[in-house]
Amino acid sequence: MDSESSRSVDDALTRLKDVPGGLLPILHAIQDVLGYVPPDAVPTIAKALNLSRAEVHGVVSFYHHFRTEKPGRHVLEVCRAEACQSMGADQLAVRIRERLGVDFHQTTADGNVTLQPVYCLGNCACAPSVALDGEPHGRMTAERVEALIASVGASR
Amino acid sequence: MSVKVYVPCDSSALSLGAEGVARAIGAEAARRGESVTVVRNGSRGMMWLEPLVEVETPSGRIGYGSIGTADVASLFDAGFLEGKAHPKSIGKVDSHPYLARQERLCFARMGVIDPLSYEDYAALGGWRGLRNAIAMKRTDAVAAVTTSGLRGRGGAAFPTGIKWKTVLETAADQKYIVCNADEGDSGTFSDRMTMEGDPFVLIEGMAIAGVATGATKGYIYVRSEYPHAERALLAAIAIAHERGALGADVLGSGQRFDLEVRRGAGAYICGEETSLLESLEGKRGMVRYKPPVPAVSGLFGKPTVVNNVITFASLPIIFDRGAEFYRDFGMGRSRGTLPIQLTGNIKQGGLVEKAFGVPLRELLYDYGGGSASGRPIRAVQVGGPLGAFLPESQFDTPLDYEAFASIGAMVGHGGIVVFDDTVDMARMARYAMEFCAVESCGKCTPCRIGSTRGVETIDKIIAGRDVGADVAVLESLCDTMLHGSLCALGGMTPFPVLSALKHFPEDFGLDRDGLAVAA
Repeated sequence: MDSESSRSVDDALTRLKDVPGGLLPILHAIQDVLGYVPPDAVPTIAKALNLSRAEVHGVVSFYHHFRTEKPGRHVLEVCRAEACQSMGADQLAVRIRERLGVDFHQTTADGNVTLQPVYCLGNCACAPSVALDGEPHGRMTAERVEALIASVGASR
Repeated sequence: MSVKVYVPCDSSALSLGAEGVARAIGAEAARRGESVTVVRNGSRGMMWLEPLVEVETPSGRIGYGSIGTADVASLFDAGFLEGKAHPKSIGKVDSHPYLARQERLCFARMGVIDPLSYEDYAALGGWRGLRNAIAMKRTDAVAAVTTSGLRGRGGAAFPTGIKWKTVLETAADQKYIVCNADEGDSGTFSDRMTMEGDPFVLIEGMAIAGVATGATKGYIYVRSEYPHAERALLAAIAIAHERGALGADVLGSGQRFDLEVRRGAGAYICGEETSLLESLEGKRGMVRYKPPVPAVSGLFGKPTVVNNVITFASLPIIFDRGAEFYRDFGMGRSRGTLPIQLTGNIKQGGLVEKAFGVPLRELLYDYGGGSASGRPIRAVQVGGPLGAFLPESQFDTPLDYEAFASIGAMVGHGGIVVFDDTVDMARMARYAMEFCAVESCGKCTPCRIGSTRGVETIDKIIAGRDVGADVAVLESLCDTMLHGSLCALGGMTPFPVLSALKHFPEDFGLDRDGLAVAA
């Protein structure tokens, strides 16, 4: 790990290692800062919590939210659940994949945008929805999604 | 005098540009030298009108719907600060037919108040229920919950009073109150709206649970997809602590109750209560065997009340107005009200809180106004990804736990997803299996393996080589999942699959009698 990563991990552990059931809050604290949970951090976390590395790895890999690779500068989540499907989310997803030139769980070659599926953003009366860097955007159309992608500087 | 202008801070409103509208109104007022106070309220739940801007006038709050930043100057030109006419005016918001015909008990303050104003909350009945609960004996408080007829609003509809009684009567040095705010069902957002738009009602409901059962610590497990809800909760909890509604001496009762917010991590299964408890303990969200039930041995092995956001949010009014007041709403064994969410391909999507018993058709057409696309509604899915698909012939079913169960469907968390006649029900059945495969915790075989085999089998049916034989395999597989799964994920995924097959056989290459159509 680089020094920034080590510092983030140490900081999260110092603050949260005595919290009951604190592993998720620790992983969140690390990912909030670094954008992912570096695999190198697993032994450090395991030691601090008196867990095995397998246990920590098991938790990191169980939850869809936690990433083990550095994401792009922006994360675009596209809702794939039923309410959004009823309003054309599948076609929207095809368009976005083509536009960015990546599939789900991939990052554009310039490292700008990571594309993720999400199963419900709780914006189901304003479908279809996406979230850019955690901010929800509803009633997405081809135009609105293009504007959104352009807003983070993704070139055509 | 400064004019109050309301612009929602609800995620749905934000997703349609409310932040920009709020800023534009502030800037335009400054430019024109008008004295305006912009209040960020929750959403009224009329989502098709978001962002809905409201102005406080002597004759009530006047609304302007679907406002974008481009509309702001014309609103000022038209004199919206005095509630004057504008093409986007919807008139008095409280008189809007969508709202006026609702029975808002737990959503009484939704969209009306500043979510983080302790005074606004208290002025509209807040904290009265908690005060009453404090004045009651614990056994009486728990009995009141039973009398109210309240059942778990997360979807399972288990009687809340019985759960609480078990926790109260189980001796332990520590008990917990856990709020399940892992609202993962597509087509639902009532939990999110509550946390963002009226967080004190959840805090008060959890404090009532703490006081009534002797639990001193509560956790709210909120999903990571809800960052705005998490922020609102953290801010509201800090205020409630400061004002003495939480902490060592809840409203002068001498009882302690502390609340902590925990963030989920994108696992649908953590909406299942035992999986949620595992997650709170810092583990993989694997479903636990029951018994013991969480009310006996829950979080960290201690007696734990686990309830949904809406269950907790229903308690303040039960303790304020009385158990009988609440019980007198509803039908049969479904008492009280349910915040129903109209979503998907629907013209007037949003939140409708009604007493149990309202027919599905009334919700879809009178409130919802039909499909958004203008095409016929072909199917609706009620109760999330594990709920059955209902065809038009079942739209007269009243929203009632037992009535829905009797047709093999479920009310669940009250989410209704609407599909028009372009929907391919074989694809929807495949998606149900795919979702189960993605979200299965993996502990039991029927769910872990069955869901993947289900996707493969439906793919074969769609390919249409030997539909009759493959449908028989699918039905057998569903039977195994239904009866052999450990929890509702594997156990109920067959509901959408089998209902799609039963009501829409033509989408699977079958005729109306369920026989394969000759190619």
